[in-house]
Amino acid sequence: MSDLALETDGLTMEFKGFRAVSDVALKVARGSIHALIGPNGAGKTTCFNLLTKFLTPTAGSIRFNGRDITRTKPADVARLGLVRSFQISAVFPHLTVKENVRIALQRHRRGDSFDFWRSQSVLNALDSEALELVEAVGLSSFAETIASELSYGRKRALEIATTLALSPEMLLLDEPMAGMGREDVERTEALIRRVSEGRTILMVEHNLSVVASLSNRITVLARGRILAEGDYATVSRDPQVIEAYIGAGHA
Amino acid sequence: MADTLAPAIEAAPIAPTLPESKDARALHRMVFVGIAVALVVLPFVLYPVFLMKVLCFALFALAFNLLLGYGGLLSFGHAAYFGMASYLSAYSAKIWGLTPELAILCGTATAGVLGFVFGSLAIRRQGIYFAMITLALAQMVFFFALQSKFTGGEDGIQAVPRGHLFGLVSLADDRVLYVLVASIFFGGLLLIYRIIHSPFGQVLKAIRDNEPRAISLGYRTHHYKLALFVLSTTLAGLAGATKAIVFQLASLTDVHWSMSGEVVLITLVGGLGTVFGPIAGALVIVTMENYLAPFGAWVTIIQGVVFVVCVLVFREGIVGMIARWAKRPL
Repeated sequence: MSDLALETDGLTMEFKGFRAVSDVALKVARGSIHALIGPNGAGKTTCFNLLTKFLTPTAGSIRFNGRDITRTKPADVARLGLVRSFQISAVFPHLTVKENVRIALQRHRRGDSFDFWRSQSVLNALDSEALELVEAVGLSSFAETIASELSYGRKRALEIATTLALSPEMLLLDEPMAGMGREDVERTEALIRRVSEGRTILMVEHNLSVVASLSNRITVLARGRILAEGDYATVSRDPQVIEAYIGAGHA
Repeated sequence: MADTLAPAIEAAPIAPTLPESKDARALHRMVFVGIAVALVVLPFVLYPVFLMKVLCFALFALAFNLLLGYGGLLSFGHAAYFGMASYLSAYSAKIWGLTPELAILCGTATAGVLGFVFGSLAIRRQGIYFAMITLALAQMVFFFALQSKFTGGEDGIQAVPRGHLFGLVSLADDRVLYVLVASIFFGGLLLIYRIIHSPFGQVLKAIRDNEPRAISLGYRTHHYKLALFVLSTTLAGLAGATKAIVFQLASLTDVHWSMSGEVVLITLVGGLGTVFGPIAGALVIVTMENYLAPFGAWVTIIQGVVFVVCVLVFREGIVGMIARWAKRPL
C-alpha cells in the first residue's frame, strides 16, 4: 500500500450516458514516471481531469498516499502535494517570469495571503528562492520578462519551475510535449528527468518516443478502459494495443 | 446597456499589462502628492459641497473599480451597498443621535456585512451571471428600502444632522465638513492603492490572469474573490455613509439601479483598471450633472452620448489613455 502514491478504484465518468472513463483501476508506484497513453478519444484527458479533481467522478474512488481524495477540492489537493500542469501552457501571462514562480512560492511559504494591508515588498523575501528555480529551468536571463512574451517551450519551462516551487510530492503532467519543436522536446525531457528525482510523476503524452525513454510504467487506455499495462517493451508488443492504435487510424 | 459594456470590460487588462516598474511607483507618488495639493487648494476655488459630492462619488467608483478592474468581477448592484450604508448612516445620526464618525462607521459596517452575505451567494458565478445575481439582490434591497418603515419610503430620511465630530467639532460649516470628507476620501484612496499592491493584490492579479492555474497552485480562489468583494462593498458603503452626512439625506435614489449604472459609467469614463481613473471619471460625470442640470432630462441623453463615445473612441477611459500615452500604469 505505502509504495503506491496514487491509486484509483473503479473510476468511472459518464457524460449524459456516454462513458468517457469506465472502471479504471490505476496504480502509480511511488518514485516512478508513469505514462498514460492511448488513441484519441480514449479518455486520457477525462481521466487526468478526474485525478486533478477538475471533474468529479460518477463512481469510484481516488486515493493519494492512502488518503481518499475523491471529494477533495482542487485547491486542497494541491495543498496535499499533488500538483498538475495544463495542456495549454498555464502561466500567468501578465506577470513576469520571476513573479510567476513567486506566486507559487507565496502560497507554499506563506500559506494564504489575505494581508491586503501589507506592502507587497514583503514578498521580496521570496525573490532569491524564486530566482534559483528560474535558473534551474534555464530562464535566468528572462527573469524580468513578462510571461506572455516567452516562446512556447520557455512557457512550459516556466510552468515547471512554478510547479516545483510548491515542492510537490507528485506531479501530474498533461501532455508536457504538446506542440513543441524537437529542440524544446529534448530540453523538456531532460528537465522532467531531472525533477523526477525523489518524486512521482504521472503524465499523459502523445509522443511515444518520449514515453519510451522517460517512463518506467505505461498504462494504455482505449474507449475509457485500461487495455494494457507494463513497461514500454511489453506494452508495445501487446496485440490489443497495436490494434487499438492502428484501428484508430495511426497506421 | 449590457451590450455596450462588453467591449469595455474586455479592455480591462489593458492598463495593468503595462510593467509596474520602479519609476511607475515614483510617478504614482507624484500623483498622490498632486491629489493632496488639489484637495487643499480646490475648496478655495470651487464650491465645497460640489467638491464633496465629487469625492463621495469618486470613492464609490474607486471601490467599484477595485472589484471590476482588479478582480474582474462586474457587480451590477453596487447601489445596494452605497444606499444601505447611506440609510444606516442617516438613521443612526438622526434617530439614535450618533456622532457623525460613528454614524459613518455604522453605515460602512452595514455595507460590509451585506457584502459578505450577498457576495457569498454571488461569488461562485462568473461574468454575466455574477452581474445578474448582484443586480437581482440589489433590486431586493431597493424593494426593502421602498417598503420598510425605517427608510422613510418615498420621502427618505431627511434633515439628517451633521452633528459634532467626536462630539466636539461642529460640522455645520461646509469647509469643516470638507476637511473630514477629503480625509476620508484620501484615506480610502491610499487603502485601495495598498490593497492593489499587497500580497493579497498579487494573488488577485494571478487569479484574474489564470484562475485554473491559481487553483492548481493551491489557492482557494473563491475566498480571495469574496474578500475582495467585501472590501469593495465596505468602501462603497463608506462613500454612501459619508454622502448621507454631507447632503443630510438618504433616499431611494441611493439604492436605485441607476446608481449602480452611474458608478459603471464613472469608472469607464475615467479608466477601468487604472488606479486613478475613477477620480477623473467622477469629476467629469458629477460636473456634467451639476452644470447641465438646467437641461433637465437631457442630462441622461448627454450622458448616454458620452458613454457611447467613450466606449467607441477611447475604451481605456481618460486616465487609461494618459497611461498609454505615458507608457506607464496609472
